[in-house]
Order: sequence, then C-alpha cells, then structure tokens
Amino acid sequence: MAETSTDGRSTTEALALVPKAAAKQSMKDFKSDQEVRWCPGCGDYAILAAVQGFMPELGLARENIVFVSGIGCSSRFPYYLNTYGMHSIHGRAPAIATGLASSRRDLSVWVVTGDGDALSIGGNHLIHALRRNVNLKILLFNNRIYGLTKGQYSPTSEVGKITKSTPMGSLDAPFNPVSLALGAEASFVARTVDSDRKHLTEVLRQAAAHPGTALIEIYQNCNIFNDGAFDVLKDRERAEEAVIRLEHGQPIRFGVDNARGVVRNTRTGDLEVVTVTPDNEADILVHDAHAATPTTAFALSRLADPDTLQGTPIGVFRSVERPVYDSQMTDQLDAATERHGKGDLAALLAGGDTWTVVG
Amino acid sequence: MTSQVSSPAEQADGAVVTEQRKPAGTKDVQRLNRVIIRFAGDSGDGMQLTGDRFTSETASFGNDLSTLPNFPAEIRAPAGTLPGVSSFQLHFADHDILTPGDAPNVLVAMNPAALKANLGDVPRGAEIIVNTDEFTKRAMQKVGYAASPLEDGSLDGYNVHPVPLTTLTVEALKEFGLSRKEAERSKNMFALGLLSWMYHRPTEGTEAFLKSKFARKPEIAEANIAAYRAGWNFGETTEDFAVSYEVAPATKAFPVGTYRNISGNLALAYGLIAASRQADLPLFLGSYPITPASDILHELSKHKNFGVRTFQAEDEIAGIGAALGAAFGGSLAVTTTSGPGVALKSETIGLAVSMELPLIVVDIQRGGPSTGLPTKTEQADLLQAMYGRNGEAPVPVVAPRTPADCFEAAMEAARIALTYRTPVFLLSDGYLANGSEPWRIPDLEELPDLRVRFAQGPNHTLDDGTEVFWPFKRDPRTLARPWAIPGTPGLEHRIGGIEKQDGTGNISYDPANHDFMVRTRQAKIDGIDVPDIEVDDPDGARTLVLGWGSTYGPITAAVRRLRTDGESIAQAHLRHLNPFPANLGTVLRRYGRVVVPEMNLGQLTTLVRAEYLVDARPYTQVNGMPFKAEQLATALKEAIDG
Repeated sequence: MAETSTDGRSTTEALALVPKAAAKQSMKDFKSDQEVRWCPGCGDYAILAAVQGFMPELGLARENIVFVSGIGCSSRFPYYLNTYGMHSIHGRAPAIATGLASSRRDLSVWVVTGDGDALSIGGNHLIHALRRNVNLKILLFNNRIYGLTKGQYSPTSEVGKITKSTPMGSLDAPFNPVSLALGAEASFVARTVDSDRKHLTEVLRQAAAHPGTALIEIYQNCNIFNDGAFDVLKDRERAEEAVIRLEHGQPIRFGVDNARGVVRNTRTGDLEVVTVTPDNEADILVHDAHAATPTTAFALSRLADPDTLQGTPIGVFRSVERPVYDSQMTDQLDAATERHGKGDLAALLAGGDTWTVVG
Repeated sequence: MTSQVSSPAEQADGAVVTEQRKPAGTKDVQRLNRVIIRFAGDSGDGMQLTGDRFTSETASFGNDLSTLPNFPAEIRAPAGTLPGVSSFQLHFADHDILTPGDAPNVLVAMNPAALKANLGDVPRGAEIIVNTDEFTKRAMQKVGYAASPLEDGSLDGYNVHPVPLTTLTVEALKEFGLSRKEAERSKNMFALGLLSWMYHRPTEGTEAFLKSKFARKPEIAEANIAAYRAGWNFGETTEDFAVSYEVAPATKAFPVGTYRNISGNLALAYGLIAASRQADLPLFLGSYPITPASDILHELSKHKNFGVRTFQAEDEIAGIGAALGAAFGGSLAVTTTSGPGVALKSETIGLAVSMELPLIVVDIQRGGPSTGLPTKTEQADLLQAMYGRNGEAPVPVVAPRTPADCFEAAMEAARIALTYRTPVFLLSDGYLANGSEPWRIPDLEELPDLRVRFAQGPNHTLDDGTEVFWPFKRDPRTLARPWAIPGTPGLEHRIGGIEKQDGTGNISYDPANHDFMVRTRQAKIDGIDVPDIEVDDPDGARTLVLGWGSTYGPITAAVRRLRTDGESIAQAHLRHLNPFPANLGTVLRRYGRVVVPEMNLGQLTTLVRAEYLVDARPYTQVNGMPFKAEQLATALKEAIDG
C-alpha cells in the first residue's frame, strides 16, 4: 500500500525499492555516538534535530539510508546521523551521490551541502545532478557566508558585503539558489528556514516522496560570521510581512490578515505584490507547484529583495515528475539483457574474427 | 568468421573459406617472412579503416602482426596539408614479432601530403604506391613540391607504382549511379583490394564487414565491395604489378588456441568486464570523454547486459566521484581518462586513499604537458600517478606491456584494488590503446578468482564485551580495512577525508594517530603481493635493459637483434611500478650497467635510482611515437660497449 504525501501524490516510486525498518523507529535511533561540534547557537543544530526527528516517519531501514556531504560546516552533518555516511571533498558530494544512487536503487541517498560547497566549488555537479534527476535529496544550507574558513563572502552573499576577504565590499552578484535550480531543470525545488521546524519537516516530507532530485534550500543562521542574516524572516512581527508561504493549490497571500497577494502583471507577464482588494482578489495567483513549465516558479523565486529579503517565498516552488536517471539506467540494463540475453563472457571474448592454431 | 591455421598449405586450400579469391597464378609469387605496410592519406580518406581491414584480413590469415595507427587530433584537418595526414602502419610476419616495424616496405600514399610526410621513413628500394590523380599542381604546391616528385627524379631508387586510384575507382563504380564525390570515397577500398591481392589476403571478411557496416545502405555496401574487387583485379591484370607476395601464417609463433586480433583499449575494456564477472560485482564506469581513452567508455557502454553501468559525467571530477560513490555501494568501480583528466581527479584519488575503497583509475597516457599531443603516445604520467596528490597518498601502479596484455593488466589492477581496498592506477598509453595484435582468447577457467567478502557483522569486542563494528580495523595480513556496504544492518558508519582514528574510524586530530595512519597506509601499499620480476638473461650479460609499459615490444625486438649479432644483454620488464617487485633491487645490483628506455625524460630511472641507489641510465624519447627497434638496438649497443 503506497503511502501518500500531503498533496495526495504517491511516494511509491521514490522509496519503493528501499527496505522498510522492521520496528518502529524514534529520533534516538538516528543519533550517532559522535559529539556534535558546531558552534553553540549554530542553525545547523536545528536542522539536524529536524532531520533526526523526521527520519523515523519514513520508516526506512536505517542501513539503507546514506548521507553524503562535501566540505564546510554543514558537511559534518553525516557524522551525527546513525546511518551510512560519507564526508567527501569540497563540492563533489552530488557527483559521488550520483554514482551511489544510480548503482544502488535500494538506498535513500541524501546530500548535505552549503552555499560555498554547492554553488561555488561544486556548482557544476549541482546543476548536472539537477538536470539528470537522479534520486537524490539535496539539503543546501545557505548561510550566505563562508563559516569554516572563518568569514569570507560566499556566492549567495549580498553585493557589497564587508568580509575579511572583501574589506571594501564584495563585488560579485549573488546566486539565487532557487532560481539557479529551476534554470538547471530541477524537478523539485523548495526553500525553508532552519528555525521553523514544522515547515522544514513538511518540506523534507515532500522532498522524500519526490522521485528524482530534490533541492531544498535551507536558510541557516551562522551566528559567528553572519548572525541575523535571516532575522527578517524569523522575527514574528517582521516575518508576517516578509515571508510568503507557498502552498500548492492555494492563493499566494501573506502579510497581516493576508492583506497582500501576488498577481501576474498582464502587460509584462511578471509577478508583483499587491494589496488585496475585492476588485483584484480573483486575480491573486494560485500556486501550482506541478505546473508544466518552471516559468511561474522562476518568477516567484525572483520576488524577494536580495538585500532585505522582503517578500521571500518559502515552501515548494516546483514539484513535477519526470524520468528519473537511475530508473532509466536500470531500464536500459534490463532492456539490453532482454534483447541480447544475460552477458556471456566467453562469447564476448571470442567475438569478431577468430582463428585457431591447432599445432 | 573462424578459419583454421595449422600449416600454410592447409590454409591455402580454403576449406572453411567459401568464396576465397586467390591470385590467378599468372604472375610471379615471392615468399617473404615479414612485411611492413603503411597506408597514408588525408584524415578524411579512411586510412584507419583501411588499415583496420587489412589487419583483420591478416589476423584471420594467421600471421603475427602489430599495428601503429597515427592520426592528427583534428577530426578533419585541412585537406591536403601535412598536418592533416593520417596513417596506419602494419607489420605482419610468419614468425612472432614485437613492434609495428621501423621502416615500411610499402607505402601507400593517397596524396602528395601523404607522400611528403612519410617518405623520410621509407628506405630506398621500398615500394611506393601513389594515387596519381591527387598529384595536381595545386595539391603539390600546398605541401611545397615545386615540381612533381613523380617526375623530378626524387623517387629514384624507390619502386614506384603510379596508379590513378581515384579515376579507376570512379570508373569501376559507374554502374552504381553515385555522384562522382560519393564514388571517390571508395578509393580506399580500391587501394585495400590492390594490397590484398599483392599479399594474398583473404577477402571474404572485408566483404562481410562492408555488408554489415552499410547494412542500411546496401547500394553503398555494394559500391565499396565493387571498388575493393576492382582493386584486386587491377593488381591481377595490370603489368605494373609483376609480383605478388606470400607471407605464411605464423604457425610456430603461437601456442595452440583460438586467436583474435585485439587493440589495447578493447582488451582493457574486456579485462574490466572479466574482472567484474570474476569478482561477482557489478561494474561501474564513471568517465568523461578524452582522447585516447574514450573508446573504453564506448565499448563498456555496449555491454549493459553484463550489468555494466556507464556514466558519462559532466567533468573528470564527477567521473571519478561517481565511481567512488559506486565503490562505496559495492560496485567494481572504474574511471578512465588521460593525463589532463588525472590532474583533475587527483583530489578524489586522495579521498579514495583516505577512505580506503577499491577504485581503478585508468590513465591512457598521451603527450603532455597540458593538452599536449592528444593522439600521440607518451609515458610521462608515471610520476604523476606515483606522487601527484597532496599528503602521503600512495597508490599502486600497474602497467600493461602490449595491446593484448591490457586484458590481464586490467584484472591485475582489479585484484589489487579489491584485495587491498585502494585506488589503483592502470597506466596504458596511446600506442597500446590504438595498436593491435593477435590475442589468444583465454578459457574462463584460467581467469583469477577475484571474489571479495563484504563485512557482515561486528569485528571488534570492546572492553565491556560489547560487539561493535570498527570500519578501520584491518586485516592483519593485507592491512585492508573491511568493506561494509550500505544496506548491511548494524554496520552503519561514516567515512571521509578527515584523518580517522585507527580502528574506530572516528575523526581524529591526534598527532600520534596521524603518524600511525600515514605509516599504515604506506605499509599497506608497500606490502602488496606482487610477483618477482623475471630476467631474461641467457648468457650472463653485464648490461641490463629495464622497461615498463608499452616499450616492451621495441625493447624486446632490439634485444633480439643484439643477441642475433652476438651481443650479450639482459632484459627485464616491470608490470608493477608501485610497489616494485621485491627482488628488483637485487636484480639491478647484479648488473654493471642498467639502461632504462622510456618515452619520457627518465621517470622510471628516477624512481629506481632513488629506491635502490643504482646508477641506472635513461634512454629517452618524447616525440609522440614509440621507439624503433633499430634505434633502440643502437642505443643499447652503445650502453653495452660503455
């Protein structure tokens, strides 16, 4: 019997081949014996707790779960989960996880990465994993700073950021990870916030159910080098005006009393925020995460002000089904075997023109 | 197609050959014991295909053979220019041979550029077949011929056969309704037909090949076959070719068995598939296309019914990354590349060293540095394979010596990787990759057992009696750590590139532990079980020639020449470059002089001098081509004479 996610779609395909746990699991089962070594107050603690708390819900055999990470603060994550794990090298986790996931479809493979790891040194692997749609769940911890190397600006830092390596302000324009992922043909793209455990868990739930690559950008506070970067999205009063919560099938409204909404400008086709009135209420965009094209999801990803983060959508921007790389790879193996029979090494070696020396 | 070769007479009767064409017997036939032919033309003239076909005919006839394809990196270099010349040299004989030959006995030059680019290698007295149609004023000017070399006496002393190949081909195909341009394309088959007549090659293999290659365009297949036959008939009828030649099968050179012709890259791909079967592990290749390694990716991608997964990655780093991920999951994992790709993969190789997972890194060496000479051969990645990583990161290195030997070398690399849980370098090169030779097809029973045991349960008991799994508790004999793949209950563990505590595998920055782990990883590689090096020294020589990799053929040919001339020289050839065979130091110290021919500036020499404090001397060449036997013989003679 297939489990169903909140939006009613089946999780059968995403996790069908992963063995289930024999007994009911608890959060404790997913805590490893390693001492957690992030700075006190780091947003990573909240994400770790949310993931450890969510994993029992999947009910998967723990030994069939693998966390693969790159380098950076967030990439220590696998050490703290009592599953299989690999703390690899800078930027390469999506590539390594691709090889693992495409050769072992009985595994649930998760990638943990950061803004530097995924978008700077590992940008190439990220975009190619997304376009291939390998069965991977990528958690991108975005704190908009380099933490482990002690505070240089990152590819998501706002322009003009003063850091150790940019005393007169950084010059390069930042990436918007959600826009980037959508442009890279991602089939599942979401954004959430470290401190909102309920929201984070719901996004994890939908990502886990998604067949193919899921990218979750998690805004994560680095309290040492970029403290308060996301306060506007966390502070209860300010967040109400700043955060747009996307829910599939619901009108995109936010603000006090849901007074604000997103509409499409019929002239430019772009999206804009308006104050909702009886006249325009019917025009408020209804979020469709399953839209055939990523156009509107991309427009949503551009709504936020990159400096102030006002009008930041969180939730699932896009969730569509398309062929999954590792399934297709297996299908090709099966088709080849059906067509030519199971490989016969002796016949292969003796193929082509041969001659016999009889002495 | 299978033919039986037991004696020349039996071969000639065509018992299994139904439509064998044979020279009509009106002309003189001379017996030769070996021939070197070089086909040369524009890179669009199909010279590689022509050479491949002549090779297949020769292989199925039962000669020993060795080939040297030589082509530019450009797919279609500017037509008619010297850099655009593509050639294929084939050496075949009635006895066992080791190299594609130094100097051609026959040059087929399809245009002036091909003649000019190759004439320097052709000794006086050799036969030169030229396509006169292409010797137009403009074509000759393009390569700097002020006057026609066919008329100005510059080919005096050669046995020149001027043949209007293009005209004859077009004429032969006039019934086919092809455009002139289409008909001209078959001129390589006309040339092949002519050479096949000259050397009594079996023809039905090529005709079957053409039918199969152009199965979807039967009229093109028929046209090519017609051109091929026209070339044969031309040889038979024209007075210009008064003599044809027989080279008897090399019956005595080969042990009993079934043979096929095989190139290095094909043998290497088959070796990997065989290793996968012998290890009972699925094969996973992560790779990014690069010359001259891409053919291994192409070949393996054809064999999905063997459970082979091929992943064409976004870059070299992802290619090895995916392979390493698959290795963690329990696959026999491989990445294939050439020198520039190795540079990009270095960090991941270091990770594999640190995590101690099995991984085969295939480097088909080419001319370097940087992009270098993509289609030419070199052996200059040895030190990169040995040392090209940060930290103390020892990696075993295995090298094949001939094209066919790539099969066994691949399995040996797999054995070491699987037994010792380590990345292994398999160092082939462009010459081995594209060159070919006869290969005795092994019985599957001869192949080594490569099966491994994955960890299944706890391997350590704590002081309090608790049974636990320690991912870095080693096998005391091999020093290999357990291979515990995801999906195994109770063995959940984390590995990575940070230094690990001995045994537990937990992160450790402890100085003494790091010192211990560095030394242990080195000791594991140093302790790999490799066979002793064998020395061929029939008469107690004072001089030893030591080689590795593809120089085996030229070195052995040179050694034979010297011994035939009464010289005394010993020969040894390394398969294992890291670790060296245990007896290597003893062997080297036994000789007053040690000469190391290498297609680099002396990298193996550097290693053996450093390791054994012996006065080994390099003899080097880095021109993108393999050594010639004669040249090596001269160099070795100088070494002997001191």
